[in-house]
Amino acid sequence: MRTAVIEAAGISKTFYPKKLPPVAALQDVNLIARTGQLTALIGPDGAGKTTFMRLLCGLMKADAGTLHVVGLDVAERPQAVQDELSYMPQKFGLYEDLTVQENLDLYADLHGITAAQRQERFARLLEMTGLTPFTGRLAGKLSGGMKQKLGLACTLVRSPKLLLLDEPTAGVDPLSRRELWEILQRLVQEEHLSVLVSTAYMEEASLCQDVYVLNRGRMLAAGTPEHLCRLAEGRCFSVLSPASFSLRILQSELLRDPCVTDAVPVGGRVRVITTTPAAVPAILKEHGWKKEPVAPRLEDAFMILLHQDAAQERQAVPGLSRTDGLIVDPLTQPVDIEARDLVRTFGDFVAVRHTSFQVHRGEVFGLLGPNGAGKTTTFRMLCGLLPATSGYLSVAGVNLRKARTQARANIGYVAQKFSLYGSLTVYENLRFFGGIYGLTRRQLERRITAVMEEFQLTEKADYVAERLPGGYKQRLSMAAALLHKPKILFLDEPTSGIDPLARRQFWQQITRLSAQGTTIIITTHFMDEAEYCDRIMIQDKGALLVLGRPDEIREKLHLPGADMNAVFIAIVEQARQKGNEGI
Amino acid sequence: MTFFETLALFGQHLRYLCQKELITIFKDPRMQFMLVMPVIIQGFIFGYAANYNLDRVPYAVVDESHSSSSRDYLARFSGTTSFELKAVLGNTSELGDLITSGDVIIAIVIPQDFEDVLSRGGTAPVQVIADGRNSSIAGIATGYVSQITAAWNESRRGSAGPITIESRTWYNPNQITRWNFLPGLIAMISFVQVIFLAGLSIAREREQGTFEQLLVTPLSPLEILIGKAMPPMLIGFAQSAMLYLIARYWFAVPFAGSLGTLTVIILVFMLSSTGIGLSISAVSRNMQQVLVYVLVLMIPMVLLSGIATPVRNMPEFLQIITYADPMRFAVDAVKRVYLEGAGLAAIWRDLVPMFLIAAVTMPIAAWLFRHRTV
Repeated sequence: MRTAVIEAAGISKTFYPKKLPPVAALQDVNLIARTGQLTALIGPDGAGKTTFMRLLCGLMKADAGTLHVVGLDVAERPQAVQDELSYMPQKFGLYEDLTVQENLDLYADLHGITAAQRQERFARLLEMTGLTPFTGRLAGKLSGGMKQKLGLACTLVRSPKLLLLDEPTAGVDPLSRRELWEILQRLVQEEHLSVLVSTAYMEEASLCQDVYVLNRGRMLAAGTPEHLCRLAEGRCFSVLSPASFSLRILQSELLRDPCVTDAVPVGGRVRVITTTPAAVPAILKEHGWKKEPVAPRLEDAFMILLHQDAAQERQAVPGLSRTDGLIVDPLTQPVDIEARDLVRTFGDFVAVRHTSFQVHRGEVFGLLGPNGAGKTTTFRMLCGLLPATSGYLSVAGVNLRKARTQARANIGYVAQKFSLYGSLTVYENLRFFGGIYGLTRRQLERRITAVMEEFQLTEKADYVAERLPGGYKQRLSMAAALLHKPKILFLDEPTSGIDPLARRQFWQQITRLSAQGTTIIITTHFMDEAEYCDRIMIQDKGALLVLGRPDEIREKLHLPGADMNAVFIAIVEQARQKGNEGI
Repeated sequence: MTFFETLALFGQHLRYLCQKELITIFKDPRMQFMLVMPVIIQGFIFGYAANYNLDRVPYAVVDESHSSSSRDYLARFSGTTSFELKAVLGNTSELGDLITSGDVIIAIVIPQDFEDVLSRGGTAPVQVIADGRNSSIAGIATGYVSQITAAWNESRRGSAGPITIESRTWYNPNQITRWNFLPGLIAMISFVQVIFLAGLSIAREREQGTFEQLLVTPLSPLEILIGKAMPPMLIGFAQSAMLYLIARYWFAVPFAGSLGTLTVIILVFMLSSTGIGLSISAVSRNMQQVLVYVLVLMIPMVLLSGIATPVRNMPEFLQIITYADPMRFAVDAVKRVYLEGAGLAAIWRDLVPMFLIAAVTMPIAAWLFRHRTV
């Protein structure tokens, strides 16, 4: 009989930010995590996952409820609890100017680990994380995945009874994520560690014994992954559209249908969750397309739960006509971006090596790759933020080396981090950017009204931008970038930090823009979002590994119907193998 | 695009940029505070506190003579507002403590034989002891004592000596320190503010990520430069104007020059300080770095400007360095316009170096905008 390592009953926590309405971060939350197993806490950004972790550590006090960790009352004996658990926050405090070994030593010192204990423990942690060859390397020079592994090793310098991990895989590439989870599973098996881990990835949560679903501060559901999947039983289908019909548009049309809960492109098909097992969406009836039942996944259940909990009805994104669905091969369209033999070096470090590609009008072109692969550098060169070391680059028919200012008039840009003026209101921001893009006063007023409607910002016109919730900020950034109707739209990780429902809506907007002829360049670390792209380009260590349609790539790798995570891992592993053989 | 369209677009870009800058500055409550308070605080502190004039210097008297002559002599001291009698002592032994504790700054010791010597027609020594820990006050105070003594000698003898000095101090007849400081402050106050505002403006945008958003718009580096330079200049100018009003109407320092000339000087000066500020901003990665640079630069610039001590008193190599300090020329030009009423013809030499500094720093800043983006 297993005992509980965490017992939370009726936990509530409210924050009172200055000049803002109070935020109920947690409301009457119950959770029991059992000893010696993995428990997942899932939920969109802002669900209250981090708050809950911090309460467990005794870093904050709950307003109501009781909280026991390893049998101790957290509110009464926070220090005793802290001695028993290890917590790895989202941004773990690695010292970037220290080496891997020095970081480990430092954390061992902080926890008072004796020299004898250290030797054995370090050897094991380094072996487990695969960091043994890199002990002399500066932590700042590690890749994103390796940093997380080092963070985990530092957290585990002592053997805690409970390990808390707050989104350990956020922003980490699929390969490193898989490795990180292998480590976690080994720890549980070999050391009988109890782990509570929060994550935004459903396939990761499926690896846990128990899953808790948190949304907007409330616990929506709990149970084993299999138990939760039953929520979606009989409602999941896969639809294959003919090659002449765009997957993106099919998905977008399905999402607009009242009998569809969710639709998302996966493995070259559209995965649909219908409201009832028998419901048939209109577009399928119209074209006589079939829906094939598929086994439910945790993600399907999660989406159903989120929809049930959603505050408002899904807003339909207007403006698509049926004929838009017929694919026009983007490759037959004129070239909007051309890169030939593009190179960028920083000192003796080659960030991007000899890369050539073309992007055609109306195409959705995805740049994918792990952190440090060179996708950000490539992206920055394309939008003129970084000059290329050598090579030819033209954007919207303008040579970027010669006429950067001119080229910039044709592009819209949405940065990864919200980067409009926080102290200006929504309206003031839009007015500023419109004015800078040379719109006349009349055009400006017209366009501002139009984009505010398009992105549902009209009610928030007089809100100060920095006080908007995340989803609104993202929409405002999009609105500002589209005021001048750019030919090309650059999006740098636009969907990180917004919840799954908002992500669906975002992609519907992208679908519409591309149907209207806007060329879209997008970077993302959500591999599943590659399915929305007409073509994707995957880089690793500065080199272009693969370029093509998702289907094409799957074919090439003999992985039909595989999801993009698997595709990505296969490509990077292949490339690294080749690289090693070369040596 | 025709020339006029290009020009109109240029104007539109600048208008929106400046508007945006001013809104962000004025919306920030800390900034609102920063805009008015330094002027008022510094204006009044310098006006009242920075004072080399003697006012009620505490002094002690050791009168061992107790004669009518000594009483007459000492009455000259109690008769002026420059000195304030703190103690009358019987002998010099008590003096040490009084001076050490700082209760008195100066002591006058009259010997026992004071009257005898004088009545015999001899020269009687009067000892003046001053606290050298504050050398400037001690120096000025002993000077005053000499002046008073000379006047007393004259009145006793009934005739003046062969040479008498009739001194007239031009442009500041009563040698009031305030008259010297406040005009200089008109330049200094805007200097500090402009360097801070310009310095922080780009660094703040870089920190918040908005600078990249600006760089991907069709704005040219020149437009960004001007758009970034104008708002700090405008604000600096307003502050100078406020300080001018305080100097002229609150402290009643008479203004001898023309407002037009003063405006020209302040504007040229602010152009050069904005250039320095923007260059600092462009090389800095974040606001913290800007603050460090600004603080490290500002103190020497203020000291070398001659606002507190004349440039002529500095060693030669330092005097050469002052040529890189636009404030040196601004302080000189403002003082001359304010106090002596100098016109542009007289102070153009001060304007040239400021223009040169602006001409060097502005292009550097513009170049750094684009090339320091990693």
